[in-house]
Amino acid sequence: MTITDGRQTEPAIGPADPVAVDQWYALTALDEIPVGRAVRTKLLGVPVSYCRDHDGAPLAWLTQDSLPAGAPVDARTLDAPLPTMADYGYLWTTVGEPGGALFDIPETAEPDRRILNAGTFGIFTSGPRAVENFLDMGHLPFVHPGVLGQQPFTEIVDYQVEYRSSEIYAVNCLIFQPKAAAASTSGQMVNYTFRVPHPLCALLYKSTPEDDVRLDVIGLFVHPIDDGRVRAHLFNCLLDTVNTDGQLRRFQQGVLAQDKPILENQVPRQLPLDPDAEAPTRADKTSNAYRRWLSDLGMTYGVVASTQPGL
Amino acid sequence: MTAPEPGSLLHPVASCADLVPRHVVKARLLGQDLAVWRADDGFINVWADRCIHRGVRLTVAANDGAELVCPYHGWRYSNRSGNCAYMPAHPSDAPPRRLRVPAFRSEERYGLIWSGGSPEAEPPRLPHLEADDTLVLRALPVNVPPDLALQGLHECSYQLGPAAGDAASISCDSAGPFAVAVTARTGSTEEIVVHFVQPVDGGRCVIRPVMRGTPAAGRRLSILRHHARQLEELRARLESSAGSRVTVRGPSTALEPLPRPSTTAASGRAPQLEVSVARKWLTAEGIAAFELAPMSGQLPSFQPGAHVDVHLPNGLVRQYSLTNGPGLTSVYRLGVKLEPDSRGGSRCMHDSVHEGDTLQLSEPHNNFPLRRDAARTVLIAGGIGVTPLLAMAQTLERQELAYELHYFAQSDDHLAFGEVLEPLSTGLVKHLGLSPDQTADEIEKITHDYGAASHLYVCGPGPMIEATRAIAGGSGWPDDAVHFEYFKNESELHDTSTFEVRLARTGRTLMVGAGISLLDSLRDAGVDMPSSCEQGVCGTCMATVLEGQLDHQDVFFNDSERAAGNQMLTCVSRAAGERIVLDL
Ligand code: FES
Ligand SMILES: [Fe+2]
Repeated sequence: MTITDGRQTEPAIGPADPVAVDQWYALTALDEIPVGRAVRTKLLGVPVSYCRDHDGAPLAWLTQDSLPAGAPVDARTLDAPLPTMADYGYLWTTVGEPGGALFDIPETAEPDRRILNAGTFGIFTSGPRAVENFLDMGHLPFVHPGVLGQQPFTEIVDYQVEYRSSEIYAVNCLIFQPKAAAASTSGQMVNYTFRVPHPLCALLYKSTPEDDVRLDVIGLFVHPIDDGRVRAHLFNCLLDTVNTDGQLRRFQQGVLAQDKPILENQVPRQLPLDPDAEAPTRADKTSNAYRRWLSDLGMTYGVVASTQPGL
Repeated sequence: MTAPEPGSLLHPVASCADLVPRHVVKARLLGQDLAVWRADDGFINVWADRCIHRGVRLTVAANDGAELVCPYHGWRYSNRSGNCAYMPAHPSDAPPRRLRVPAFRSEERYGLIWSGGSPEAEPPRLPHLEADDTLVLRALPVNVPPDLALQGLHECSYQLGPAAGDAASISCDSAGPFAVAVTARTGSTEEIVVHFVQPVDGGRCVIRPVMRGTPAAGRRLSILRHHARQLEELRARLESSAGSRVTVRGPSTALEPLPRPSTTAASGRAPQLEVSVARKWLTAEGIAAFELAPMSGQLPSFQPGAHVDVHLPNGLVRQYSLTNGPGLTSVYRLGVKLEPDSRGGSRCMHDSVHEGDTLQLSEPHNNFPLRRDAARTVLIAGGIGVTPLLAMAQTLERQELAYELHYFAQSDDHLAFGEVLEPLSTGLVKHLGLSPDQTADEIEKITHDYGAASHLYVCGPGPMIEATRAIAGGSGWPDDAVHFEYFKNESELHDTSTFEVRLARTGRTLMVGAGISLLDSLRDAGVDMPSSCEQGVCGTCMATVLEGQLDHQDVFFNDSERAAGNQMLTCVSRAAGERIVLDL
């Protein structure tokens, strides 16, 4: 018996959407990739495989019957490999032709930064829903109570959204956080900046107790398996001399584990771009800007495209 | 005979027994996912299973007995109406009334919940069953289209016989377009089971068998088990004959949500809705309570602190606060104190308005909104001033937010709405029979330690509000943490000045002469200004001021708002100089 999963469409195999296709995507953290052994996955519904060669360099290719999962791979004999990059600790690849380089994160060049993949989560949602969740401050007191927010301090005061060289920035985003400082009993307002440099990648900048000027950088890099399934990578680029990698991972994974059941209960899984499809408020300015930006880019994969003309 | 449109009929979506208190049950009818929940007042809500904010399924929301709370951003939706009651990202905003989860009909019959259907549709009334004497058997989801299930029930009825006795004669008949009744006779006993078929979507249904009568306690379990087994067999047969593919999202008829409450558009001070006095009682010494029910449909939504204008039979218009707590959406509940020097308002409500009478109202307005993001909320009520604060206290209690309700009254007999006060026990503090000086001392004690994120709300007689504002101000409470609502404007109003008003948006200029209010002059000039109390109390007739000095005569603004000078109430306030410019 075949049972479809209640979606409007079957997962797309090989999207027709050039906007989604012509992008780099982070498949996996480099240090989690086996050397010389094929790993199979999908990217935008397209079966792809990857591994690292014996020099540690990442390899990716369109899945071939001759190389089942776990099969030994020899880089020299591999036919038509896909373009790859090793950046920010991840293997990036593409099934299209990205025009330029990957977006820059200048902070990663600072020598005292801790850079790590704090966790990779499989979630039944679309890439844009996952990114929107990362940009959303209103959910912090409800989904991450006692950590990233606390009831009843739920107000989202006005903040500013700007477009800078075709990226989205949301600045002066204030939220009351109970654990902002270890010794504080009353919590404090924390200031976030969000940045969206890629349709399925977002970054947030947040002050840290260890530096008065520089900011911690946390990223969400989404690997879209298809238009209703993702692997979400949490990228950390921190000024932290206190916590171990294990502690940082546990913290971020705890946070994502709280988001997962929410994301998996959103209908539809694809992000509606029609401004009337859902009911945003002024607190959702970043998400509105993100939806409009995707609409303007002409993104159709993982979204419910707007039926309104001229958007 | 043509088969009726499935969308025009009511269908079962759940069994009443599924609706455990404080739970939300998932259902699906004609392709529409539903969240079904019972509020503490017994009302059953059948809603679209989707938060209108960001699409989260409401079957994962919390049912607090009065509202569903979405787990993503905490939006709250009211029992009955499905109106958004609160958006936590904006703690002082009233959510627009258009924000509403589509709600569908809900009816109970034969132990099942029925929904969908055209507005006139009724749940079936069958000769086979008696309304309150049924046993709901185990429901069974079947992965075949409803018509195949109905056909199968007819064909296999001989297998659906009773648990005991093999000499039964079995007959079956259609009990309406979506039900098959199976009657088994053994000697003089008769067992009837009606199998209702719930059309889930194009490819699936749920068979919901209901048995006539209540079996003896000893037989109950064996009957349930027997029927469950037989239906299980039927399902296996149906599914294997229907082939392999199940379409989850089959053709569906869109379910018709219930209409929004309809009111006349706001214009000036004209009434917007008609209600009937469903109940009137004496709730305390000199205080009459009223429950006002809609003539049809539902009442417009409101937030704690809201009031309505009541257009009295004698032509007067009076404002009364709604005391309703969360989830009480079927009536507006008011309290009216008989004023000894009544100018005809409270006297008319007490003496001339009776149960069954019709009254005209405005939509609820809220000029005394409650923030729900405070670390400490202090409510100070003087006498009948308790009415808006009762709505606030019940809301805070329901949301488990810390609050104190200080209720100042002459005596126990003067405490209104005892049945609402009683469950508030932890937050309620009664202060009985105090003199004005003693009252001031108490307020001093209540407010002496101001902490960040504290808010104070006071409503009562004018002098008590004055005193509270002064005392709290002296203890360091900032103006924007002290919220108040007067009943009436006791200051002496003067309207002898003459001034010019420029309307910035239209570019027009008008003169306001002595003896006429700015509000009336604006209306004469064709500006449709809303108003309610028309004595500078309620804030409904507010205008934004762009230029000019003001002569504030209201009791609505606090000192900092007055000093800012960018807003005025047009019913009583005037220009201090010769000219003002309004953003109208
Ligand atoms: S999605 Fe329900 S409150 Fe935001
Ligand atoms: Fe989150």
